[in-house]
Amino acid sequence: MTEPTITPEIVRKHGLTDEEYRQIQQILGREPNITELGIFSVMWSEHCSYKNTRKLLKSFPTRSERVLVAAGEENAGILDIGDGVAIAFKIESHNHPSAVEPFQGAATGVGGILRDIFTMGARPICAMNSLRFGSLDSAEVRRLFRGVVSGIAHYGNCFGVPTIAGEVCFDRSYEGNPLVNAFALGALYTDQIARGAARGVGNPVFYVGPATGRDGLAGAAFASQDLTEESAEQQRGAVQVGDPFMEKLVMEACLELLATGAVAGIQDMGAAGLTCSTCETASRAGTGIEIELDLVPQRAPGMSSYEIMLSESQERMLIIVHKGREEEVRKVFEKWDLPWSRVGEVTDTGQMVVRHHGEIVADISACRLADEAPLYDRESREPEYLTKTRSLSVDQIPDLKPDEIGGALEACLAWPTIASKNWVYRQYDHMVRNGSVVLPGSDAAVIRIKQDSMPVLPNGEVRDFPEKFVAMTVDGNGIYTYLDPYEGGKIAVAEAVRNIAASGATAIGVTDNLNFGNPHNPELFFQLEQAIAGMSEACRHFGIPVTGGNVSLYNQSPNGAIDPTPVVGAVGIFESRDHIVTQWLKKEGNVLILVEPSEWDADPWFGLGGAAFTLMRHRIKAGRPSPCNLDRESLVHRAVRQWIADGLVQASHDCSDGGLLVAVAEMAVSGMVARNHPQLLGVSLDLNSAGATSGLRTDSLLFGELQSRIIIEVAPDAVEQLTDGIPAGVVSRRIGVVGGGRLDLSIDTSHVASWDLNSLHHRWWNAIAEKMDA
Amino acid sequence: MKFVVLQFPGSNCDQDCFHVIRNVLGCSVSYVWHKDTSLGETDAVIVPGGFSYGDYLRSGAIAKCSPVMSAVHDFASQGGLVLGICNGFQILTETGLLPGALVRNRDLQFVCEHVYLRVEQESSAFTGASRTGDLIRCPIAHMDGCYYIDSDGLRELRANNQVLWTYTDRDGAATPASNPNGSIHNIAGVCNRAGNVAGLMPHPERAAEDILGEESGLAVFKSMLAFHQSGKAFNAASSAS
Repeated sequence: MTEPTITPEIVRKHGLTDEEYRQIQQILGREPNITELGIFSVMWSEHCSYKNTRKLLKSFPTRSERVLVAAGEENAGILDIGDGVAIAFKIESHNHPSAVEPFQGAATGVGGILRDIFTMGARPICAMNSLRFGSLDSAEVRRLFRGVVSGIAHYGNCFGVPTIAGEVCFDRSYEGNPLVNAFALGALYTDQIARGAARGVGNPVFYVGPATGRDGLAGAAFASQDLTEESAEQQRGAVQVGDPFMEKLVMEACLELLATGAVAGIQDMGAAGLTCSTCETASRAGTGIEIELDLVPQRAPGMSSYEIMLSESQERMLIIVHKGREEEVRKVFEKWDLPWSRVGEVTDTGQMVVRHHGEIVADISACRLADEAPLYDRESREPEYLTKTRSLSVDQIPDLKPDEIGGALEACLAWPTIASKNWVYRQYDHMVRNGSVVLPGSDAAVIRIKQDSMPVLPNGEVRDFPEKFVAMTVDGNGIYTYLDPYEGGKIAVAEAVRNIAASGATAIGVTDNLNFGNPHNPELFFQLEQAIAGMSEACRHFGIPVTGGNVSLYNQSPNGAIDPTPVVGAVGIFESRDHIVTQWLKKEGNVLILVEPSEWDADPWFGLGGAAFTLMRHRIKAGRPSPCNLDRESLVHRAVRQWIADGLVQASHDCSDGGLLVAVAEMAVSGMVARNHPQLLGVSLDLNSAGATSGLRTDSLLFGELQSRIIIEVAPDAVEQLTDGIPAGVVSRRIGVVGGGRLDLSIDTSHVASWDLNSLHHRWWNAIAEKMDA
Repeated sequence: MKFVVLQFPGSNCDQDCFHVIRNVLGCSVSYVWHKDTSLGETDAVIVPGGFSYGDYLRSGAIAKCSPVMSAVHDFASQGGLVLGICNGFQILTETGLLPGALVRNRDLQFVCEHVYLRVEQESSAFTGASRTGDLIRCPIAHMDGCYYIDSDGLRELRANNQVLWTYTDRDGAATPASNPNGSIHNIAGVCNRAGNVAGLMPHPERAAEDILGEESGLAVFKSMLAFHQSGKAFNAASSAS
């Protein structure tokens, strides 16, 4: 077989710089061959090496007393949730593949994140996702949206994991470059944690799962470059094809196999496939690994060593088995009718050695390949556009007139980013596994962990533990981050934690997905650097570790970069199942209370900077997001959680997209999704007593997005108890009474608008379906 | 009473049925693997939901050929109670143990939501704990859940009281809007002529616990238990669909 000679042109096509190439020569002590060049290019892509972001990511707090596996150690972080039970969770992007082939791109994104979870020895028990698209008025965007949602549904539903929550936003900046961030969470006993390490010299290395094909060649490298029309067309072959049925079998087999104790190390073949799994496992264990490519099951004839090493065919695992226990492994694979092969063994050389057709085709130091990718300090410069967005004054945009209020709320509720996402989540099985306690449509979803949520134990052992309840949410705001990268990052964390608190739980960890543009552009790098700093400050403030995550750069289409979008997946635990609170209204006669800080930092835009309302009505991204004071934010969370624990709170909802009026309307219209008692309950809202916002512009009062606010519903006789025990720094304002079939609004005691709830519900519920059917 | 829950590759509601039968209904239950040729000692078989064999070829089509299904055939022909839920219903129609077929949903999308089921007749082994006209609220989660049967078949179903559950609105009216998948006559579940084999697309096992907000689905399992405890039995000879 003739091998291409390495030319500067080939090096460049692999996305490697001259300096990086020199470093490769130095590590090898010679010229690389084409297979080795390919191996370096994928391992040193941003996707695998974080070479542009690793230094920034170091600022995240990664430890707490609950952390059993910290960020960066393994495929997913693990937190202790008590009674011998732990959870593993992580979020990961599949943006570029989804832009090119939405169905398979999104499906394999789900497949990849599920593998990251069961690789840790955990049983995946639920999934979430965060999606962003351009405007639904574009037929191409509708095609992408439809494809992504059905791809996620296809994979999660067949695998058998409930897709229990998520967020979907629509904004023109994502046109041509949608964001698809998939989250998965799994449960395991604390003594079941599996490691991705090739331990034990002489141990055999097994390959399990479907045969390797040419699909997904070098997907990791593809994810690490700008998306252009040309690249999208050329790279269609870089999108993998998923088989959730196969992955379900692989998962069950792996969990059974781990219970035997025969496994020394395990890692999935995700990004960079066989390359990444072999060198990383060897590097973690400080060993070497030798594999024979002729033994790797292959789907296509005549595959080169380059293709086999770089293929990203899905649902494959690498398993290192204790020598002498191969028979146990064979039995499990055969029970599940899975293809498997012994492909190599662990060595003491520290080298990753790959043989093919009797020749050595790669011989590279495993740890230098896996851990010594170049790290860069990129140039950072405050973007010029900020001068423009900050030069505008809120006075330049006209306030709402009283007779426009009615239409404004209706428009907000039908705005796709705010409208009900039932068109999306009804395509996801969100109830399989009998653990979905709070379904999509509330501030946070709640999952129950019971005995059958856990991986199988050795010899049929059964362990009792009290049922656990875990809250989770995924949040981010690209416009905030565009207008103020630091504050946007901070608010992404604060809002996620607020959602957890409003549901009655305490946040214990977050996973982050950083979706940004090309890091070589100093203005885009500035966004990344600032957002990470803001997120880091918020995590430290709340005392919550980042347990892992994903960085997706180069998110730009021919139209330009996306709005910088840090997405935060937060997870919280409940002290008691009695503390689980949902957002919809419960009972006629109850009182609505707005809980907010007693003092505010100056906000010249009165909550309208970057607000959904401002964008929707005036079509501008201007000003700055309302600042979030983390001390006051915490006080509000603590107060609400305490009242929930005291049994005073019947419903609870945070104010976010669309502000106060939208939040109240959502509490009313979302009652139809309450599974035990679907109903529509109206509200008489009277905002004259909303002190912090009184005297403001009407649009700001109704739709301004001030931070740190939560609305709660309490019984009339609980109001006094609540106000008596209110902690310093927090105020509770009575803003309305529950009841009737309408939403009535008064401002300063004069009645200004009234809506029929059925019609509001209809607009909110059907808005996305109507766009999709258009 | 002793139940078994079948496990095919790709079953994913097996654990949910197992959990409800053991921990909520309080009965004895075990799994039977698809490669097994015997069901062991049992009083009832649950064919659970999921994507058996990845739904390759057609939902339920490959499961029909698995070794365990011969054992289920024998068990059913001797009058044993068999309940298929979701993919289990698809498998039972594919094998011919139940009449009709399940085809792609009317709007061609997977649909997961809560529906209301009206119990059509209270004298079956699967509905005896309910009264005719009772409503059960439970989730559906399927892509191929549109029940179809030809007009002769439909007449026969009606004549023999084989329609057990119908999709309705919250007031118990079987309207086009309350039909989530286009099923003929809003049919959600049927039994065979003898009455010992039944299937339904909705998931009663997901609506059997207070913590999940709905318990009315438990009636299906309670009915099977009550039937068993009553000592009634099906005549083996009449147990073909």
